[in-house]
Amino acid sequence: MLRFILSRLAQSFAVIFVVITATFFLVRLAPGDPFSSERRIPEFIKQRILEHYGLDRPAIEQYWNFIRNAAPKRFRPDRIFEEDPLMSAFGINLGPSFTQARTVNQIIADTFPVSLELGFWALVIALSLGLTAGLTAAIFKNSALDYVPMSAAMVGICLPTFVMGPILALIFGVWLGWFNVSGWFLPQDRVLPAVTLGLVYAAVIARITRGGMLEILSQDFIRTAQAKGVPYTRIVFKHTLRGGLLPVVTFMGPALAGIISGSFVVETIFQIPGLGRQFVQSAFNRDYFLVLGTVSVYAVLITLANLTVDIVQVILNPRLRFED
Amino acid sequence: MPLLQVDDLTTYFHTRNGTVRAVEGVSFHVHRGETLGIVGESGSGKSVTCYSMLGLIPMPPGRIERGRALFDGKTDLLGCTPKELQRIRGKRISMIFQDPMTSLNPYLKVSTQIMEPLQLHEKVTKKEGLRRAIAALEEVGITEASRRVHFYPHEFSGGMRQRVMIAMAMITQPDLLIADEPTTALDVTVQAQILELIRMRQAANKSAVILITHDLGVVAGMCDRINVMYAGRLVETGTAEDIFERARHPYTIALKRSIPSLGQKGKPLYTIPGLPPDLSKPIPGDAFALRKGIRSGGKYANVAPPLEQVSETHWVRASDCELPSLEEVLNEC
Ligand SMILES: Nc1ncnc2c1ncn2[C@@H]1O[C@H](COP(=O)(O)OP(=O)(O)OP(=O)(O)O)[C@@H](O)[C@H]1O
Ligand SMILES: [Mg+2]
Repeated sequence: MLRFILSRLAQSFAVIFVVITATFFLVRLAPGDPFSSERRIPEFIKQRILEHYGLDRPAIEQYWNFIRNAAPKRFRPDRIFEEDPLMSAFGINLGPSFTQARTVNQIIADTFPVSLELGFWALVIALSLGLTAGLTAAIFKNSALDYVPMSAAMVGICLPTFVMGPILALIFGVWLGWFNVSGWFLPQDRVLPAVTLGLVYAAVIARITRGGMLEILSQDFIRTAQAKGVPYTRIVFKHTLRGGLLPVVTFMGPALAGIISGSFVVETIFQIPGLGRQFVQSAFNRDYFLVLGTVSVYAVLITLANLTVDIVQVILNPRLRFED
Repeated sequence: MPLLQVDDLTTYFHTRNGTVRAVEGVSFHVHRGETLGIVGESGSGKSVTCYSMLGLIPMPPGRIERGRALFDGKTDLLGCTPKELQRIRGKRISMIFQDPMTSLNPYLKVSTQIMEPLQLHEKVTKKEGLRRAIAALEEVGITEASRRVHFYPHEFSGGMRQRVMIAMAMITQPDLLIADEPTTALDVTVQAQILELIRMRQAANKSAVILITHDLGVVAGMCDRINVMYAGRLVETGTAEDIFERARHPYTIALKRSIPSLGQKGKPLYTIPGLPPDLSKPIPGDAFALRKGIRSGGKYANVAPPLEQVSETHWVRASDCELPSLEEVLNEC
């Protein structure tokens, strides 16, 4: 088990490194540069700016400088969100932003907690709603308790966030006036964005849960349990749940990635000062270091999510435990 | 009074493609401590007969249309409440299934699964349950039981898993063990061991056994009485001698002629021509007469052939079918 975790950890590091490297060179290959805006800048000023940021150097030298600055240099878990790069948790310096007065470290420190909180609530909604609906549907198969949630889930899957968001904002924000339609100030401001982001995944999780549970409930060993006189509730929770939830765990990899990276749509709809918007804007502005910084954060998060999913899978499925 | 008295058991499956008459008016009984064999080819309704008695038929599509299964002279298994049935299953009637690879839960440790009947029916403590689980594994010949009891099913081979199934089924010392083709999925070399094991555990617990198989050779050495089923009905029932020495029904005779161990060395083996009938259409008369390659006088084309008593123990369903000779069968192929 330890060997498995270590090898996955090594793989994760490799993936993150490759993603950062690819991003570094790809943004530079893209046409234009950070300072090609509508307003023309005199050539000598532009030259001075490029020099200032070290962008006049050969790409490989820039790359080396970036990696050196961005590499973790210390471990201070109490300082995860410290703004000063030299004082921060890992001693990571992601460089300056070309379009904002803050460093990339500061931007991430300001916006990432917001996205993280949004993602967390979305995940809570997706899991609690999805699992409850899926389990109920599986247990009461072919009854109203199956058809109603599953039809709702079908609708939920078909509605993309950019449709769901405005609809929810219109109903609960404008008509009913329960929530603000934008902003991120009050605790109740979390509700609409989190629901918008979570509902789609709740719908998919509900369907996967139902399918997984029914698949296991039709297995021979469930009949064995029945023949032993095991009561139905125990059959569901002791004999079926582990195997039945495995597909959900597998889906959590892509789902977490989707919730993390998909948050920028919701952040835009509800005007939330999160990392997702920085990510999109930085790409438009060719804000090289900000692109790299946000991509690095996403890469770390998504590989971390996948690593966790892999480990949970092995814990749930004993048959995976002994295969190396 | 028999331990189990089944009367007129009839189970249908109401599927989209029509009603499958899987079991039709089957009656039989099992005495304490005796072994009853149920033989018949694939699809003849052996499993459905036994699953019906334990409430293991998936409903829908299945439905028990009529019948009674009086257990221990008191409880009608087909008519009692689910709670009563639950108390009997795993405690007084246990079951072993055909495929040991899929019949154990791959997500739970063997110890959890073996102890479960004890915890459910005898309310033993975990410690006591584990002790008895280890003892049960030792009784079915699993070495290092105190270590291996904590394994998962996939860490055992097929034969070992069937031993685990037997240990699990026998741990509550049930009055009746139903073994549904317990050796079909196993290697020939372990088949005999598993049968011997069932016989030993049966003797130790004084249980009755219903042994389902499509192989007459398996029941030969093991069963006191034998039911032969064809197309969901009983065609012949009697003691082992009745069936092996005085078989009357052409289907039983054909089955017997197709056992390798009973045939003569060097001679080609008999095979029953044709296929069993489609059970989704009603069969008013003799089902065996419908088989391709079987000649019949037509007496039971539209009347149900009655079950006739031959001796005190021996009953045969009337049939005017005639088996083709070995040469004819071989020419067909
Ligand atoms: N769930 C079901 N739905 C529809 N038909 C079924 C179902 N289960 C069994 N049957 C039908 O019932 C009939 C009897 O099946 P059964 O499993 O009892 O046969 P069997 O004698 O045990 O055969 P085998 O040796 O293959 O196990 C078959 O024709 C089968 O198609
Ligand atoms: Mg069967």
